Amino acid sequence: MKEKIADLEEKARRLRVAIVKTLHKSQSGHTGGSLSAIDMVCALYFHKMRHNPQDPSWEGRDRFVLSKGHAAPALYVTLAECGYFPAEDLMMLRRLGSHLQGHPDSKGTPGVDVCTGSLGQGLSMANGMALGFKLDGKDNRVYAVLGDGELQEGQIWEAAMAAGHYKSDNLCALIDSNGLQIDGDVSKVMNVASIGDKFKAFGWNVIEIDGHDMGQIISALDKAEAHKGAPTAIIAKTVKGKGVHLFENKASYHGVTPNDEELPEALRCLGCCD
Amino acid sequence: MIATRDAYGEALAELGGENDKIVALDADLSGSTKTGVFAKKFPNRFFNMGIAEANMVGTAAGLASVGKIPFLSTFAIFAAGRAWEQIRQSLAYPKANVKVVATHGGVTVGEDGGSHQSVEDIAIMRAIPNMTVIVPADGEETKGAIRAAAAYKGPVYVRLGRNKVANVFPAGHKFEIGKGNVVAEGKDLTFITTGLMTAQAVIAAEKLKEEGISARVLHLGTIKPLDKELVLKAAQETGAIVTAEEHSVVGGLGGAVAEFLGEECPTLMKRVGIYDRFGLSGKSDELLKYFGLNAETLIEQAREIVSRKK
Ligand SMILES: Cc1ncc(C[n+]2csc(CCOP(=O)(O)OP(=O)(O)O)c2C)c(N)n1
Repeated sequence: MKEKIADLEEKARRLRVAIVKTLHKSQSGHTGGSLSAIDMVCALYFHKMRHNPQDPSWEGRDRFVLSKGHAAPALYVTLAECGYFPAEDLMMLRRLGSHLQGHPDSKGTPGVDVCTGSLGQGLSMANGMALGFKLDGKDNRVYAVLGDGELQEGQIWEAAMAAGHYKSDNLCALIDSNGLQIDGDVSKVMNVASIGDKFKAFGWNVIEIDGHDMGQIISALDKAEAHKGAPTAIIAKTVKGKGVHLFENKASYHGVTPNDEELPEALRCLGCCD
Repeated sequence: MIATRDAYGEALAELGGENDKIVALDADLSGSTKTGVFAKKFPNRFFNMGIAEANMVGTAAGLASVGKIPFLSTFAIFAAGRAWEQIRQSLAYPKANVKVVATHGGVTVGEDGGSHQSVEDIAIMRAIPNMTVIVPADGEETKGAIRAAAAYKGPVYVRLGRNKVANVFPAGHKFEIGKGNVVAEGKDLTFITTGLMTAQAVIAAEKLKEEGISARVLHLGTIKPLDKELVLKAAQETGAIVTAEEHSVVGGLGGAVAEFLGEECPTLMKRVGIYDRFGLSGKSDELLKYFGLNAETLIEQAREIVSRKK
């Protein structure tokens, strides 16, 4: 287990490097929220989810919904690492004609099942998938990563109500709780405090963790899978921009990419010498 | 040359000093929509509603019903898109005195891609009864439009862009809701344009002169109500119309002009815009070129329509 965790931690570090390089190249996109979510996305794709990069539409696969679609770089570098498409494609992020759109687009990117980017809609889609699998008596699981600012959208709570109501225990929501959104602190812009209590009130199983502790992420995902009769919300305390001190906990790095001066230092922080 | 959203920020902050009934609301994009300028000056009269557009519209309706003049802002896709029904039911139906000033309209949002590029908002806002729809050409017109919207009693939708745009109008330009402007005179055809396409039409008209084609440029800063008088005059006097907008050709400016002329004065017409498809990621100038939203396309269409007239 220790080895597995160390392995995932090393993967996450490499994915962070890829995020920084990709965003430096594109000079457009979202840095902070990609770096805060990457540990969870990494654990899902390399530990938890059943999926097959050689056959992206394999029916037996679990599903992933990046509800906070602006963190697309986190998803893209992970899909590339899995082998869904060549890593060189990352350098085309957000360019005209690229299959890597600014926000996840199921029409063109192998491994992307749903279009997201407009916040607040992902959990509904994830629950729809979960309900569909139940109807068919299938054991596929559905994972959705949400932002804490995103929780301000009313539709999230409509989805939470529905998933609780239908006891979608094949659904797991991971809340990337980095405490920041565009205009500043989530607690100051529009307080969504006591996230765990809110999900509990809608009948969810709630697990609170440190979203950068790979051991805690894995154990929470395992517990979620074992929990029957209710969907699980993993409330993950995270740091926006995690891993690069230049970007950490700064709302100003929400939608800003590393520039030429910042790149070497960012890569150095991530233990990257090339 | 400034972005229409920057002109909005300035104008709103200025108006706020003149009228303390003015309040502003935003949904976690106050830095981008420029309501932040107002927020800094009048923190008590600014409400950041968080990422919750539908609630923001309803809240604005409530504020209006107790005598405030709310200006609410977010990107066009989230205002006209996410909160469409709230705008219809809570603002337009009761004629609430709320101004929806949506920024980042059209494809010039650029790299964020198709999910963030609203190319339908003019059409869907225009379809709502009681709604006034304004799409300024430049910063000067935006300032006038914001002022006019504040003075007007009722719901208004103003669509602004992200990028800097060339000036079409001189400083101090007076904006009147429902009134178009003939920016250049001409007799062979008329470009009827809105938003950033007006500056392109001015360039196109200049170039066409060298070929002996005389093009009128009629800018419609208000799409609804339509300036029927100027549109009819253009149709009758020039006999050919080319509309242009950074929007779908379905239901926007081109649609509005075609509907009106189809009934009143059937005229040869071409619509320049986005042909029933979504946007995609790319740099904004690349996208404008990709979709043919430029003077070159206007010139081609003008030549073609003039040749068909004969
Ligand atoms: C419906 C909608 N409204 C507004 C936006 C613009 N937007 C993009 S990211 C963002 C902030 C998201 O904050 P959060 O969910 O906390 O994400 P994170 O901090 O993890 O990046 C906003 C307002 C959007 N994408 N969708």
